[in-house]
Amino acid sequence: MANSHQLKRVDFIFRNENDWERVLSNTIKKKPQELINELISSELKGRGGAGFPTGLKWKLTSEAPDGQKYVICNADEGEPGTFKDREILSKVPYKVLTAMAVCGYVAGANQGYIYLRGEYKFLKPELEKAIDEFEYYCKEINLDFKITIFMGSGAYICGEETALMESMEGKRGEPRNKPPFPSQAGYLGKPTVINNVETLVHTFTIFKYGSKKFYDLGVQYSRGTKLFSVSGDTPKPGIYELELGMSLQDFVYEFGDGDTKAVQVGGASGFLVPRKKFKDAAIGFKGKLTGISLPTGGSMMLFNSSRSMFNVLDNYLEFFREESCGQCTPCRVGCQQLLLGIKAVKRGDKPASYLEKLLRLTETMQYTAKCGLGQSVANSFSSIVENFREEMIY
Amino acid sequence: MDPIQTLIKDLANKHGRTKESLLPIMQGVVERESYLSERSMVEIAREMDIPAADVYGTATFYSFLETKPTGKYIIRVCKTITCAMKGKTQVLFAIQEMLKIKMGETTPDKRFTLLETNCLGWCHKAPAMLINDNVYTELTPEKVREILSGYMKQNGINQN
Repeated sequence: MANSHQLKRVDFIFRNENDWERVLSNTIKKKPQELINELISSELKGRGGAGFPTGLKWKLTSEAPDGQKYVICNADEGEPGTFKDREILSKVPYKVLTAMAVCGYVAGANQGYIYLRGEYKFLKPELEKAIDEFEYYCKEINLDFKITIFMGSGAYICGEETALMESMEGKRGEPRNKPPFPSQAGYLGKPTVINNVETLVHTFTIFKYGSKKFYDLGVQYSRGTKLFSVSGDTPKPGIYELELGMSLQDFVYEFGDGDTKAVQVGGASGFLVPRKKFKDAAIGFKGKLTGISLPTGGSMMLFNSSRSMFNVLDNYLEFFREESCGQCTPCRVGCQQLLLGIKAVKRGDKPASYLEKLLRLTETMQYTAKCGLGQSVANSFSSIVENFREEMIY
Repeated sequence: MDPIQTLIKDLANKHGRTKESLLPIMQGVVERESYLSERSMVEIAREMDIPAADVYGTATFYSFLETKPTGKYIIRVCKTITCAMKGKTQVLFAIQEMLKIKMGETTPDKRFTLLETNCLGWCHKAPAMLINDNVYTELTPEKVREILSGYMKQNGINQN
């Protein structure tokens, strides 16, 4: 690596390991409490983007009253710029299945689901084959655990955990009010653990190598590694496993094309960081004391100076307007008005000061929208409008 | 029983008749018929013993469950940011020119429907599109013409 010392490539997730059977049978010899403690001390946080501590999630579901419980693997990867889960499911499906079964063992669930987005239907036959083999082995070791694939049908919002459950229940994918959280009342009202595909693979690593190995990577509050989906103006687009906590400057040294103007971290619902702020930004979860800390589901989109940031924002808003479930007013009307608003400013039908009004609207959406979709529109909107105001107007 | 009734009955027998089976059943119909007609939706409601409005409500939420007639092959071109940056527009022009239809339309022979869709998850190999469940990436106008001719030949249709 040329200029970078902080950016470290790691190889855990795609490492070819053919010992999932041994990992599974060894892991379920331990007590559930022991495994929960292992996860908690690893400080693994959810890799879908929200970053909830995984150990705590498992713990809460395991403590819910006995009865039917579920494990769901969230493979409804829809955030623009993210494509890591597809790669995991096609390259190392057994790690995901093993982690789901261990999760079932810990939480007291005997049924698992993989909610696979409709766009990835081509993965289904291979995945079903893997599940067959996996379930056969479970039977051999007397582990009562079944896995079923549930296909999505093209709705970004179904990646939101409660919308996903509504969808599985045959309804429109409209997010629920929280609480209750899925750990108390999830799929069909039963306690449910729902984890992102990548999160599950990290638990496999932790159960195989111990929590220390994972904890030793990354920085405070952001332990371990993360898969990054790199796209846009870069000479090497693709999927990379990197240690958390790297500075965005180092990232751009490694992946930029020499003319990087801005990086969108975390997809359309994430933040745009302009060149002048690269050195202050670190990729990790909140809690870092200095600089900007950017949590991310791993989507990294690079833009060089040939790109119009107006077009970028226009594209995101169009995306949100279409993908908003329409259930709550702030998001449904907000997304439409933001899109109309920036176009009006660009055309000159509205004065530049109208942008301030729109910024206040995103603030309102942040506080009043029901779910993460409407709340996070403010992230990309404000970070683009504030940093590239001229491009919005002229 | 007509073919639609038989299909829906078979799907309900396979997936069950509780509400959780609604999406799998609708997906099964779309797989065979390429879209959900009013008739199919009413039939699903009857078979599952739920209000037809519920079936319609769920169906219209999902972009991959078409409720209007479509062609045998649904082309979905990704329009999200990276694909837009990497030449999606030229790819679309090539498709429109070749099939002589506009966005959202179906060819008169009912073989192809052209749609746009949101992020397909192939940003590192943009631009990308789906034809039914098959993925095509790193598209160029030339490449897309080749792919489409493949589909046309498959059906014994000559170009020109």
